[in-house]
Amino acid sequence: MAVVYEKPHALTDAVLHYCPGCTHGIIHKLVAEAIDELGCEGKTVGVAPVGCAVMAYDYFRCDMLEAAHGRAPAVATGLKRSLPDRVIFTYQGDGDLAAIGTAETVHAATRGENITIIFVNNCIYGMTGGQMAPTTLPGQVTQTTPYGRDVKLAGYPIRVCEMLSTLDGTYYAERVSVDCVPNIRKAKAAIKKAFQNQIDGKGFSIVEVLSSCPTNWGLTPVEALQWLRDNMIPYYPLGVYKDKDKEADNNG
Amino acid sequence: MAEKVLMKGNEALAEAAIRCGCKRFFGYPITPQTEVAAYMAKRLPKIGGTYMQAESEISAINMVYGAASAGVRAMTSSSSPGISLKTEGISYLIGSDLPCLIINVMRGGPGLGGIQPSQSDYWQATKAPGHGDGHILVFAPSTIQEMVDLVFDAFDLAETYRMPAMILADGMLGQMMEPVVFPEKEVVEHEKPWAANGHQGKREHNIINSLYLKPDELERTNRERFARYEIIKEKEARVEEYLTEDADIIVVAYGATSRIVRAAVKAAREQGIKAGMVRPITVWPFPAKAVAKAAETASRMLCVEMSLGQMVEDVRLAVNGKVPVEFYGRTGGIIPTPAEVLEQIKKIAGGAK
Amino acid sequence: MAKVTISEVICKGCGLCVSTCPKKIIELDKGRLNPKGYHPARVFDPANCIACAMCAIICPDSAIKVEK
Repeated sequence: MAVVYEKPHALTDAVLHYCPGCTHGIIHKLVAEAIDELGCEGKTVGVAPVGCAVMAYDYFRCDMLEAAHGRAPAVATGLKRSLPDRVIFTYQGDGDLAAIGTAETVHAATRGENITIIFVNNCIYGMTGGQMAPTTLPGQVTQTTPYGRDVKLAGYPIRVCEMLSTLDGTYYAERVSVDCVPNIRKAKAAIKKAFQNQIDGKGFSIVEVLSSCPTNWGLTPVEALQWLRDNMIPYYPLGVYKDKDKEADNNG
Repeated sequence: MAEKVLMKGNEALAEAAIRCGCKRFFGYPITPQTEVAAYMAKRLPKIGGTYMQAESEISAINMVYGAASAGVRAMTSSSSPGISLKTEGISYLIGSDLPCLIINVMRGGPGLGGIQPSQSDYWQATKAPGHGDGHILVFAPSTIQEMVDLVFDAFDLAETYRMPAMILADGMLGQMMEPVVFPEKEVVEHEKPWAANGHQGKREHNIINSLYLKPDELERTNRERFARYEIIKEKEARVEEYLTEDADIIVVAYGATSRIVRAAVKAAREQGIKAGMVRPITVWPFPAKAVAKAAETASRMLCVEMSLGQMVEDVRLAVNGKVPVEFYGRTGGIIPTPAEVLEQIKKIAGGAK
Repeated sequence: MAKVTISEVICKGCGLCVSTCPKKIIELDKGRLNPKGYHPARVFDPANCIACAMCAIICPDSAIKVEK
């Protein structure tokens, strides 16, 4: 019998600590599949965030670092500038990347740092138990917005791909979702492209992945994916926000 | 014979680091250390290195974290308020057992303070360079030549013990010029089998991490690190003694202040006062044994600092009540004069009679 | 002939495979608890499996292997 689908090699045998139905696990697989297909596990170094994915260093079979909260793009910069022929990626959540690590993210992008960022947006701080994130939707109830996010008080969510696409240094920014298999397939293609861009020396590539948090949203895993479709995708439209490959094609 | 060159302290620090094989510098502008960065910006691109001006001190130290994890020699440089911002990263470097070099050209504080020389970050450097249980190696040069020599030792010992090292200088040393000779010794970087630089399919994956969620694991890791610290205290504490053999009054001072104290001690001797100086070269590990030994023969001690009294606590701990330990300090960017220190020595000498 | 292997030990009973399977041949086994305390997923009608692997693709825990 031929294997149609199995766990990718670039994931270790460690059992994921994520809650049932948390889509971090799907995104981990997509990163690992990209690494497998590009044959770059031995030359890849990943940077884990602080947040739910803090223990990603145990899950990827490539060399891994654990960074301070929000600092992964700076850590990745230090790695890449020291090991230019290695493949460096960060895996970060919304609090990590778009709140405490905003400066690191924006400046890594504007420098055109030749790294790959996997940005997991689930509109909430998961690990600390469901507080407001920079991406929490207007009106969304969290532990620290118990009456719903009031934009007059707490401001508006940050659309990271849109923001980073304004920077000349950003080579590629795409928003994808893992709410269903067709979208998972598209997400995988985007993640693989973001790695391939780095291998080709093209520069800063970010894939924002809309992800679910059933536990802190108070929904079942299946309901959570529906909530993602109904609420997140309208606010955070899927698609390519920047791709210098395409710009070159259009100009040519 | 190596050539003698006249160099500014900050530039000598940078050149020494380059000669140690450090080709990765990550920094952020701040007075009075700016020449370190400027020198690196000029030199590193010419020798295949990276000078990176980060978006913040926090990013700079985290870039160092990344480079150190990759197994290369890396450094950052800053001054007091900037070091405060780096303390997060320093704690992670400690917790992940990563070697690197951090330069602090101290200025007055707290807060934005001033831009003139100071030694008021002693506590920060030696007691709490970051949150959590942990230390970094802290070297306190008093001449430009010593700055150069200690950069070589700092990289070497940081790698030997897998921990960050700091050169604790001040605005006076950073800005002054003196002739220096760069050592012509071969620099040997240590093997780093722990580095996260891609396993190439030849080993299990390396993980650089400071997270231990199980309390017993974290305690064990911290205990192992502290066992290493005991070895360091035993083997690496360094001190210079000046006219201490028959000294009745011993002055303890480090860094730029020790230059002033040296002149004051000499002047005291000329006036018939048996003064001497103990100068810690490492302030972590603090040379407690040498200080305690000095207390056996002296009747009084005096600690002089460009702060309102920080190292004096370590001196008193080392002396352990055997003799009185007085303190004299200036702060806020004011450098004590030899005459002021001499006055203090004379006062104490009078009191001792 | 398709074969779906679900690791009962790794499965967290999230049910994403159940809702995703186009042939609706997977269920959470309410009669069983795995060591983690979850009702593991099981294929109750393997003969109808088309080896599309959608269950495995959406499984967050990489608990599913599909062969054909």
